[in-house]
Amino acid sequence: MSAELAAQGLRVEFATRSGRVARALDGADLVVRAGEVVALVGESGSGKTTLARSLVGLTKPAAGEVTWEGKPMSRSARGLKALRRHVQLVLQDPSGALNPRHTVYESVAEGLRVHKLVGPSGKTETELVARALASAGLRPPESLFLRYPHELSGGQRQRVLIAGALALQPQLLIADEPVSSLDASIRGEILALLLRLREELGLGVLVVTHDLGLAWNIADRIAVMYLGRVVESGPTEQVLTVPQHPYTQALLSVVPEMEGLEPVVLRGEIPDPTRIPAGCRFHPRCPALASGEAAQVAEACRGTALPVLPADPEGHRSACHLVALREGVSS
Amino acid sequence: MSVPLLALRDLHVTYLTGGGPLSAVRGVDLTVERGQIVGVAGESGCGKSTLASTVLRLQAPNATVSGEVLLDGRDVLTMTWGELRAVRWSGASIVFQGALHSLNPVHRIGDQIAEPIQIHMPRLGEAKTTARVRELLEQVGLDPARARSYPHQLSGGQKQRVMIAMALACDPELVVADEPTTALDVMVQAQVLNVLSGLVREREVGMMMISHDLSVLADLCDRITVMYAGRVVEEGPAESVFADPLHPYAAALSAAFPRVGDPTARFAPAGLPGDPPDPRSLPGGCSFAPRCPRAADKCLPAEPSLESYEKGRSAACVRIGEADEVRETTASAGTPR
Repeated sequence: MSAELAAQGLRVEFATRSGRVARALDGADLVVRAGEVVALVGESGSGKTTLARSLVGLTKPAAGEVTWEGKPMSRSARGLKALRRHVQLVLQDPSGALNPRHTVYESVAEGLRVHKLVGPSGKTETELVARALASAGLRPPESLFLRYPHELSGGQRQRVLIAGALALQPQLLIADEPVSSLDASIRGEILALLLRLREELGLGVLVVTHDLGLAWNIADRIAVMYLGRVVESGPTEQVLTVPQHPYTQALLSVVPEMEGLEPVVLRGEIPDPTRIPAGCRFHPRCPALASGEAAQVAEACRGTALPVLPADPEGHRSACHLVALREGVSS
Repeated sequence: MSVPLLALRDLHVTYLTGGGPLSAVRGVDLTVERGQIVGVAGESGCGKSTLASTVLRLQAPNATVSGEVLLDGRDVLTMTWGELRAVRWSGASIVFQGALHSLNPVHRIGDQIAEPIQIHMPRLGEAKTTARVRELLEQVGLDPARARSYPHQLSGGQKQRVMIAMALACDPELVVADEPTTALDVMVQAQVLNVLSGLVREREVGMMMISHDLSVLADLCDRITVMYAGRVVEEGPAESVFADPLHPYAAALSAAFPRVGDPTARFAPAGLPGDPPDPRSLPGGCSFAPRCPRAADKCLPAEPSLESYEKGRSAACVRIGEADEVRETTASAGTPR
């Protein structure tokens, strides 16, 4: 089985103080393979970060499972360590994720030491650290060895974090909002780096973002999340040029400078995950239902829950009664 | 012609730091009319937030300012403290960056919105102040019952709206918004931008909006000013600055936010190598030249001044005249792919 990380029916629950259970993930399926860039998009509170964390075993699911190369993820310390050798997480905020008292060299070498990779490689630690920094675009790497995070620019810090992940020669990188805290000019540089890593090292990348422009820039496939589930997924060109789900359509319509789409600004925010609406979880905010466009399926929208969208690395699918109706009519 | 609502004239701001003087703003001119939204774009350290704070003389104590900040024709920089107090909130107000940390966590938001009203309109009375707070919350799309909430009970987007409600509390003529949507996600950003543009339309206020996201500014603003290393490098109608920038720096900012659906942006994220120059030791000549893809020998002798071009546009680049020439030659010499 090839390098493939998959989530099946993942459910993650948090107990709230009021005693109610919040379902951050409510049945999510996703597949990421080496050599492809997948974007996971959605609003704050859609569960995208929880899904990313569950994929590396940082959050324990209440139900469902994560598989790596077809085998279920082991929950033992040793099993997780083995997984993280191949699947590395790059955290959201480069200023907060680096230890301020560690030099760049120490930060990058830490993973090598934890995983005891220096001896078997036949290279020295210095060589491996230098190679990782160079692949992250920090050249010449030696000039940065003794720098501290506060001496670096935001873009350099993000590259050091990526270098720390690359040092382990992983097959997959999970990057949570890799550019949201960076300036416009640096943004493109980091995105180009992710594409180059895929090209040169065959890395797979799961990028978690709320930025559809970023997904258009680098992703092969896209999965749109809403309230703990993937509601639409498919090749980026299809999902972003002919979106099916009314939620994806709304998200796309409010991207600044989006031409040819009347902005549909949804009211309010994602509902409280302790009270997931019955029927289609999006129905209370759905513009198609509100406008009467979905009148034919309105009853189903309000009362019939939709099945979990299966992880399909090829097709374009969405979890929506209206889309199902239209497809039924056209086929 | 009437007096503009806000006019910055040859504004310079220099910070005195341990490492020597730091010129954050170097000779900026900018005008905001009533009912107009003017965007200021640029990356961290270009001086855009310094510019915002100077409008209400809120700059740091180690800053020296020269030039003029004319609010309705009166220079904010030479006002007495009494005059300045009267102007703050009711003449002009600021929505600061990072609303998430600007609210006092131990006061109800209704009380925080009421505070400037009580100070500037003490005769209004308690009942009318409360009514005004409710009205403001409604205006920014929040339930008036939210007045009794504490900041931690609100989401990021709701807090940002509270900040906007506060800025509007005393009916200012000018609102300065410093990165008002930076920490928010797309849908909430769209909601907040709708609120802001609605206010400008309905109440004829003027707005200066600061952001590093040129696509957001292009959507919302009438005009855009692009700053680099403390100077204006391009100014013009919002749509043309974004869609057809004259200055190479404006072009790089514009390309950083791709249009979804644009085939040329697929798998081709556009970046700009390098970092902005250290304002303590600026390079000679054009300060953008070290990062500029089109830099030539003629960029090096002196810093280019802002020149006017057609359709009310201006830019500071000595190679603009040659731009079309270069484009034509590459186009004609282009080999089919």
